[in-house]
Amino acid sequence: MRNGRLWPVHLVLAVGAAAMVTPFFWQVLTSLKTFTESTRMPPVWIPSFEWSNYAEIFDESPFLRQFGNTVVMTAGRTLAQLLFCSLAAYAFARLRFPGRNVVFIALLSVLMVPGQLFLIPQYQIIQGLGWLNTLPGLIAPGMFSAFGTFMMRQFFMTLPREVEEAARLDGAGPLRIFWSVMLPLARPGLLALGVLTVLWSWNDLMWPLIVNTDPEQMPLSAGLSALQGEHMTDYPVLMAGSLMASAPIVVLFVIMQRQLIQGIAFTGSK
Amino acid sequence: MSAGEVGTVERAAVTGRVAARRARRRGLRDREWLWGYAMIAPLVLGLGVFYLWPVAQSVYYSFTEWTLFGDATWVGLRNYERLFADPANAKALKNTFLYGGLSLLGIPLSIGVAALLSTRGLKLVSFYRTLYFLPVVTMPAAVAMIWSWLYNGDYGLINYLLSLVGIRGTSWIANPSTALYAIVAVGIWTQIGYNAVIFMAGLQSIPDQLYEAAALDGAGRVRQFFKVTLPLLSPSVFFVSVLGVINGLQMFDLIYLLFRRGNPAREETQTVVSLFFTRAFEEGAKGYAAAMAVVLMVITLALTVVQFRMQKRWVHYA
Repeated sequence: MRNGRLWPVHLVLAVGAAAMVTPFFWQVLTSLKTFTESTRMPPVWIPSFEWSNYAEIFDESPFLRQFGNTVVMTAGRTLAQLLFCSLAAYAFARLRFPGRNVVFIALLSVLMVPGQLFLIPQYQIIQGLGWLNTLPGLIAPGMFSAFGTFMMRQFFMTLPREVEEAARLDGAGPLRIFWSVMLPLARPGLLALGVLTVLWSWNDLMWPLIVNTDPEQMPLSAGLSALQGEHMTDYPVLMAGSLMASAPIVVLFVIMQRQLIQGIAFTGSK
Repeated sequence: MSAGEVGTVERAAVTGRVAARRARRRGLRDREWLWGYAMIAPLVLGLGVFYLWPVAQSVYYSFTEWTLFGDATWVGLRNYERLFADPANAKALKNTFLYGGLSLLGIPLSIGVAALLSTRGLKLVSFYRTLYFLPVVTMPAAVAMIWSWLYNGDYGLINYLLSLVGIRGTSWIANPSTALYAIVAVGIWTQIGYNAVIFMAGLQSIPDQLYEAAALDGAGRVRQFFKVTLPLLSPSVFFVSVLGVINGLQMFDLIYLLFRRGNPAREETQTVVSLFFTRAFEEGAKGYAAAMAVVLMVITLALTVVQFRMQKRWVHYA
């Protein structure tokens, strides 16, 4: 198709995109209105730029604290998953040991089971450890992932064996080969898994609701939920809060779009 | 795969080095299994403690009842009997399938977006993709806030827009007869971008020659789409619909966030998972909730089997 005839495609895509983005536009617009402006009908299209809404969310909830909790939870889960999953994935992909396939399939069976079967015992473990309303409790179960292991194993299997052979001839052991040869080569796979895990972790709601009921120990998702649950109706402030809570992940997505798309395409390719 | 083959060929060519390598390998292989176990140990321990063993525990719990102090007594099948007798569960199951099934309506939209974004020579592709993808990456807690405001009966943008064309809107998520569909719409909005990405990957794998051959046979673009694109896209359509139904079965965040206690539509809109959450963690009925989870697992597995059986009828693998 010649470029001159692409305008209908652009038109349809642009109209669709506008429809997709309208809710966000409304969120931003509302966050800049005074409370009275937000309840006026017909709507106020040019707000009085009430920036104080963005400050007020810090008074309404321990927003900064929750932001920190979210960062720690996300970083903890993601780093742990990258380490544990890639370590095991390399062994499953390249090393030979008795029971390898049986163990691998047993681990993958986790993917077939609905998450609700894990939750009650997971809660009991966290409770037993005295980790309710703590950051470790928030992080712990999310540090391990069958999906991540599967993804990294598939990735390692596509890498050429020659480099490893060379390192082996130089007398390097499996751990050394994994760390200094394979991990650098697996960077694209690690980034894709990392972005997926960050996204899932940052937005996770159910587990935080279960283990951390103290607002000071909640991540942002549960914190926002608690605010809305208290029947707070100051929507301009709520919109400012929800915007600040989701903005970091949106920025990350824009920067690392390629890796995220690759990760998702992987979930669709098997 | 092909990299491994190249390695094999190379090895066969350099026979002298092969023998030396083998000898070294054998020396290493003696300890290779040790390294293997050591490297999988942290993961196996973590998944075992937090995921595998809990499945067995949950199945056991489903046959027990819990006191306030956390003592469990064996009650046999009583939880299951109560579970099947409770109309709230039947309704939740029905809703769950409605959410999952109706969300499939978004698939044609996603295919359309993907097909348009795959137009050859199109510029601004990543710009559009970013916009369509924004709802996918936005925190559900934020999504719920945005939409509860859009759907608001008195001050919502949706009712304002409807009033422009003379329609009197309702309080969409507090009205039992509209609430479920309102959530389906939000669900589709959050999935379009995700599914479009999977369809774009599927479209890329269709070889150009097929289109060229179809064009030589006189097929126009529309005919090409239905005769070449759609059949070859069927594995992706299959994957996305399986995912859609399974995600439907797992529906929780939006239900929890939008249908709080006091919302008149709450009773009408619960899903299996949201009901599970209420029973297990708000009412403390852990044995009963475990039985719900077991039933959900059976349903999920049965559905997966059915879907894989069905795919033989309409999925073409190239």
